[in-house]
This record gives sequence, C-alpha cells and structure tokens, in this order.
Amino acid sequence: MTAAYWLPVIFAGLMALAILIYVILDGYDLGVGVLLPFAEEDDKDMMIASIGPFWDANETWLVLGVGLLLTAFPMAHGVILGALYLPVALMLLGLILRGVAFDFRVKAHADHKPWWNAAFAAGSLLASLSQGVMLGRYLTGFEPGAAAWGFSLLTGVGLTAAYALLGAGWLIMKTEGRLQARAIGWARHSVAGAALAVVAVSVITPLVSQRIAEKWFVLPDFLLLLPLPLISLALFVTLAMALPRLARRQAAGNDSFCWLPFACTVGIVVLAFWGLAYSVFPQLVIDQLDIWQAASSPEALKVILAGAAVVLPTILGYTVFAYRVFWGKAHALTYQ
Amino acid sequence: MELDPLVLARIQFGANITFHILFPTISIAMGWMLLFFKLRFNKTRDAAWMDAYGFWVKVFALTFALGVVSGITMSFQFGTNWPGYMQTVGNIAGPLLAYEVLTAFFLEATFLGIMLFGQKRVSNRVHTLATVLVAGGTTVSAFWIIVLNSWMQTPTGFEMINGQAHVTSWLEVIFNPSMPYRLTHMLLASGLTVSFLIAGLSAYRWLRGDRVPAVTKALKSSVFLAAFLIPVQIFVGDQHGLNTLHHQPEKIAAVEGVWQTEKGAPLTLFAIPNEETRTNDYAITVPKLASLVLTHSLDGELKGLNEFKDGHPPVAKVFWSFRVMVGMGMLMLATAWLAAWQLKKRGEPAAWMQRLLIAMTFSGWIATVAGWYVTEMGRQPWLVYGVLTTAEAASKVPAPMILTTLIMYLALYVVLLLSYVSVVFYLARKAGKTVAQPSANLKEVTA
Ligand code: HDD
Ligand code: HEM
Ligand code: HEM
Repeated sequence: MTAAYWLPVIFAGLMALAILIYVILDGYDLGVGVLLPFAEEDDKDMMIASIGPFWDANETWLVLGVGLLLTAFPMAHGVILGALYLPVALMLLGLILRGVAFDFRVKAHADHKPWWNAAFAAGSLLASLSQGVMLGRYLTGFEPGAAAWGFSLLTGVGLTAAYALLGAGWLIMKTEGRLQARAIGWARHSVAGAALAVVAVSVITPLVSQRIAEKWFVLPDFLLLLPLPLISLALFVTLAMALPRLARRQAAGNDSFCWLPFACTVGIVVLAFWGLAYSVFPQLVIDQLDIWQAASSPEALKVILAGAAVVLPTILGYTVFAYRVFWGKAHALTYQ
Repeated sequence: MELDPLVLARIQFGANITFHILFPTISIAMGWMLLFFKLRFNKTRDAAWMDAYGFWVKVFALTFALGVVSGITMSFQFGTNWPGYMQTVGNIAGPLLAYEVLTAFFLEATFLGIMLFGQKRVSNRVHTLATVLVAGGTTVSAFWIIVLNSWMQTPTGFEMINGQAHVTSWLEVIFNPSMPYRLTHMLLASGLTVSFLIAGLSAYRWLRGDRVPAVTKALKSSVFLAAFLIPVQIFVGDQHGLNTLHHQPEKIAAVEGVWQTEKGAPLTLFAIPNEETRTNDYAITVPKLASLVLTHSLDGELKGLNEFKDGHPPVAKVFWSFRVMVGMGMLMLATAWLAAWQLKKRGEPAAWMQRLLIAMTFSGWIATVAGWYVTEMGRQPWLVYGVLTTAEAASKVPAPMILTTLIMYLALYVVLLLSYVSVVFYLARKAGKTVAQPSANLKEVTA
C-alpha cells in the first residue's frame, strides 16, 4: 500500500471528521437560532448567552471541512461547489446574517433589537435548510429533476429538525427555570420531526441512489450496517421516554440527567453520519469521482498532514479548555 | 448586453474580498491595541485604561464577527468562482490555506470567547494570555494569506509538471520576493487604520463633551501611534514599489501612467489615461521625478506599457487607485503630525482638529482598499503572475446565477456596512452617557 493510496483515505477521514464535528457543534447553535422565535422575549438573551462564547469556533470547523476539500481534493471541490452554487450562496447569506446579528442585537439601538433577533432566527433557519438541501443534492449525485429536488427539500427539513433537537438539548443542559422547561417542550416536538426525517431519508436514499442500494443490501455489509438503525432506534426511544420524565423532574426542581437529551441526539447524529459516510465511500462525487481521482499530489498532502498531526490535537486540547471555562449553566454575557 | 460570466465572477470576488478586508484590517491591529490598554492597566492600575479597554473591546467584538462571517464566504469563493485555480496551483495554495486554518483560525476563534466573556471566569493572567493569543492569531492568519497572495504576485520555488505547479522549495515559496514588503505594508496599514479609527471616535466623544480620562488616553495613544507609523509606511511603500518595478514592471508602468519607454520619465500627478489613444489626457507632470523616485537617478529608464505586447493591466483603474492610496497617506501624515503637535503642546486638540480627526475616522479603509486594488488589478490579466490567467481559472457557472447572488451579496453588504458605521458611532454616544463614573467592575478585574 502506497502513500498515493493511503493519503487520500486519511484526508477523506479527516474531512469527514471535521464535517461531523461541525454538524454537532454548529448544529446546536444553529438549532438555538431556529428555536429563538418560539421563546419569550425575556429568555432570548439567555438563549444567545448560552452559545455566545462558542459559535465562532464552531463555525471554524466548517472552514476546516471546506478547506480540506479545497486543499486535499481540488478536483472535486470545483465540481461540488459549482453544482451547489445556489444553496451554498443561500447558506452563506444565512450564516452572515446570524453571525452579525449576535453582536448587532445588543450593540445597536435598543429599538432595533427585534429586527436583529429576527435576522438571527431567519439566518439560522436559512443556513440549516440550505445545508440540508446541500446534503440531499450531494446524495443524489446532483441529479436534475423534480424527484431529486423533492428529496433534497426533505433532507433540508430533516436536518433542520435535527439541529432544532440539538439546540433544545443544549438549552436543557445549559439553562434553568422557565427556559429549561420550554426547551424540554421544544425537544419533544423536534424528536418527532427528526425521527420522521431519519426514517424517510433512510427509506428514500436507496431508492434514489442505485449505488447506495447496492451497498446496503448485500451480505455481509447488511449485517455490519444493521446495528446503526437499531442503536438509533434505541436512542430515539430513550429520548421519547426520557423527555416527559425530565419535564416532571424539572418542575420539581430536580436537574439530574439534564445532559441526556443532548447526548442521545449527538449519538443519533453520529450514527446517521457514519451510515451516510459509509454508503458514499470511496466516492467523493457520486458516480463521477472517487477520492483517489480527486486528490492532490501526495507531496502536498504530506505537508498538510505533518502540520495537522501536531496542530489538531492542540486545537482539540484548547477547545476542551474553552468548554471547561464556560462549564455549567449559562450566565448573562458581559464583557467584564 | 451579453453578460460575461468571467466579468461577473471577478466583480463578485472583488466585492466579497473588499468587504472582507475591511474587518481584518481593524481586527489585526485592534487586538494588539487592546492588549496594550490591558497591559497599561496591569502596570499602572489606572482605571481609565480599563475603561478604554471596555469600550474598544465592544467595537472589536463587532468587527471580529463581521470579519469571521465574511471570511467564511471567502473560503467558498475559490471553489465557486475559480475552480481552475486550485487545479493548477493547489499543491501550493492548499497547504498554505490549510496552515492558516489550523494555526490561526481555530486559535483566534476559540480564545475570542474567553477574551470577550471569560474575564470573571479565568485569572487575570489567563485573560491576558487569551488576548495575546487572539491578537497573535489574527497576525498569523495575515501572515499565511499574505504569503499566498505574494506568491501569486511573484511566484518562486516551484516547477510546472503537466500543467500543475509542484513545489521545489517551500522556503522559496514562503519567502517569495514580494512577501516581506507586502506583509509589512499590510500590517502597517492595519495599524494606521486602527489608529485613525480610535482617534476619530475619541475626537467624536471629545467634541460631544465626553472628556473622561479613558477618552483622552485613547486619543493620545492613537494619535501618537499614527504619527509614528505613517512615515514608516511611506518609506515601506516606496521600497515596495521598487521591488514591484523589478518583478512586475508593467504594474508600475500602469501606476505611473508611462506608455512609452523613457529616460528621465516625468511624474504624472494628474491625468486621465486613455487606452484608445495610448496616451494620458489632461496630464499634469513634474519632469524627471518618476525616474528619480523609481530608479534613484534623474535619467533612469522606465519601461512603458507599449513594451508589454501580451497584455497589461487596465491602466486608469490602477493609476487612480494608486493616487487615492498615496493621497490618503499624505493626508494621514499631515493630520497625524499636526494633531500630535497640538496634543504635545496644549494637551488637547483644537476644535477644527477634532472635526478633521472625525472626518478621517475611516480613512484607513479607503487607503487599504485602494492599495489592494493597485496590487490585484495591477496583476491582471494574470491570476498567478506568469503562470495562470484569470480567464483560465474561471468557473462555468451560468451568468444569471452569478448575477443573482452578486446582487444579493451587494445588497447585504451595503446594509451591514451602514449598520456597522452607525453602530460604532452610536456606541460612542452611549459610552458618553454611562462612563461618567469610573469602572464599577474594577475589583473583579484586578482580583
Ligand atoms: C491581511 C489579512 C487578511 C486577508 C488578506 C484575508 N483575511 Fe480572512 N481573515 C483575517 C485576515 C485576512 C483575520 C484577521 O484573521 C480574520 C478577520 C477578522 C477575523 O475575525 O479573522 C479573517 C477571517 C477569515 C475567516 C474566518 C475565520 C474564523 O472562523 O475565525 C476565513 C474563512 C477567512 N478569513 C478566509 C480568507 C480568505 C479565503 C481570504 C483570501 C481570499 C482572506 N481571508 C483574506
Ligand atoms: C485582502 C485584500 C484584497 C483585496 C481588496 C482584493 C481585491 C481584489 C480585486 C478588486 C480583484 C479583482 C481584480 C480585477 O478583476 O480586476 C481581485 C482578484 C483576485 N484576488 Fe484579490 N484582493 C485581496 C486579497 C487577495 C488574497 C489574499 C487572495 C488570495 C490569496 C486574492 C486572490 C484573488 C483572486 C483569486 C482574484 C481573481 C482574479 C480576478 O478577480 O480578477 N486576493 N482581488
Ligand atoms: C504614501 C505612500 C505609499 C506608497 C508609496 C505605497 C506604495 C504601494 C505600492 C507600490 C503598492 C503595490 C505593491 C504591489 O502590488 O506590488 C501598495 C499596495 C498597498 N498599499 Fe500602499 N503605499 C503608500 C501608502 C499606503 C497607506 C497609507 C496604506 C494604508 C493605510 C496603504 C495600504 C496598502 C495596501 C493594503 C496595499 C496592498 C497590499 C500590498 O500589496 O502590500 N498604502 N502600496
């Protein structure tokens, strides 16, 4: 096995890891944005305070994901981003709106705050939907036609529901009192949506993609993949059963297991992601390019890998440090 | 009129990077400025320094957010607008961009949270360290991206194999001939932009009668810094130009509006370069000065644009952008030195000086953007000088799609820019109402 074989595999893995971390981390803060319109006016500051110190670093994982695509797979980069031109532009619009609204809402004139809140929520929703549509377009190999686009809209709604669930789970973990109670309610609503989406996507994916169907329904792959839906099912059931109980306990002032919904949702996201990544690998652009055809030269990949081997653990280390600094329930944000 | 996707893609990329660079230019030097305020406070225990920190950290947070979101747009632009770029020089651009993400973006983004919101949660020392890491992160980020941009201007350390660039020496790629000049010039531009921003807003507060010690301290620090930086910048700019004359003579020919190769070429102060007749209309010139400045000899020879048969950059745009930058530089010199002299002599700026400083608040932006236009348009028709043309790298995305997203971006940028400028002034007015009593949080900060 040569470097020309292994390096693209390693980089595909790193890229997948960056995207997975992005989906989880920015997923919860986008989710909080999507939920914002449903909150009482007084709770909105606290919702945003709970993600304030983190969102910027969370979005950096997207930059890393795209950066790895750009640097390690330059051939695929143009094809993928060219085909996703419109949803990418809409996602960027959403990310810009919400990113700036974070700061403008508290710094601009108080009369303008509701506008920036609306921009924050709308931007979060737009970014989530666009990312879901991008996923759908990607899985269908950018096929034209109503069926493929319909599927992409479905993945758009599905991913948004998953983000809302992550966001609700985050709020249950990071807040108290009335807001926490409402977050439990939001989680109960989004569980249904997310479950529906996961099932729908799983059923439709093999129908729209011949190649994926071939991968799923042969032995022994079928047996190897079987645990994924089973564990996901178990996690969904746990969530559905835990949430009403959490609501009762919370009303009685008991905060134990407040981390459970978030943890279960992260588990579901990881499994779903793994399933999809496994289905696509080693294709990079379905039915067009595999990772070896798309990779840049081994010499460039080696240079990046050497840096990444040193720097990535450091990044993980200080990320953990930052989360520990802001551990526990969120407080109002001040610069002091 | 037929819409040309190449022209649209260029306008779109230019619009996005122009919007982006406004904010890094402020973030880079403002991070160090905040560190300076904080260190002064740590040393003197004078609450005014912390009040200055407390005000400017708000502007910093806002600026940083705009820098981040517009930067995320930039990282998609290479793929959506210039697929041919990575396919040709990906082996060089890839690692440089990857190192920027790995060594700079994560660092600044992660420690920003602690710097902004962690003051009560970590010790003063860790908080100071977080500030250093954020400021350092922005500077490291500038380093990598300027390395890449300079390499695109003066590529070295590679060979072309089957239409793809392969590195022969990373040292030569990184320390390419124009990198030291460009990095220095850009970092100084950032320092100047921030000095004039702080001076302008402080003068604004002063003019409104808000003359607390924090305002005076910020005003003095920024004016003295500007007065120190601007002559250095002019010197570095001159050296930068000489270096460019060596490596990209047609760019300098466009900058100076020299059509015919000439000995003892005059310096053109004003003109309307005309590409049809290949002469300058309405020219006002100073004899022999261009040769003197660029070759340090009265009869030195300057190569004219007509010598470059394979094409040269658009002359009028480059010519005028350069004059806007240098004109701003001269204005900055006059303003900063006069203001510094007044502050030294009388301890406060005269009424007209306050107004002048307010007018110059965003002068750094104008000079910086104009400078980048000289650099980037002056490189055309090349994307990577002598290696890859812009047209070769362009994507096949249909024109209407680019136009739609271009209009969307432009509308958004106008709104955000207006919001940014008005909010910055609003924060200054609001600070005047609340800062009257010295910092209430002093105890916690010192603890
Ligand atoms: C001279 C400096 C400079 C220049 C020429 C550029 N940038 Fe930039 N960029 C920065 C200096 C910077 C910075 C200082 O590091 C920023 C701005 C404010 C900030 O928050 O970080 C940043 C932010 C920033 C981010 C967000 C990082 C994060 O998540 O924290 C991205 C993805 C980019 N940039 C990408 C680009 C690309 C692709 C460019 C070129 C085409 C580019 N930047 C030009
Ligand atoms: C940060 C300040 C910068 C500004 C204001 C700026 C501005 C511009 C402008 C106005 C153009 C269009 C030129 C034309 O078409 O006539 C352009 C082109 C371009 N620049 Fe820059 N640039 C900057 C930095 C960079 C950096 C750091 C890179 C890459 C590392 C870069 C890469 C490019 C590319 C790929 C093009 C496309 C060619 C084109 O549009 O013609 N630029 N830039
Ligand atoms: C007044 C004397 C100045 C001179 C002689 C000068 C000279 C130059 C030259 C020759 C270039 C183009 C280099 C190239 O493309 O190869 C340039 C670019 C640039 N200038 Fe200036 N400059 C001056 C003042 C300023 C000021 C006051 C600022 C901002 C505050 C500024 C900001 C920039 C920037 C950001 C660039 C683009 C980046 C680069 O290529 O370095 N310049 N300058």
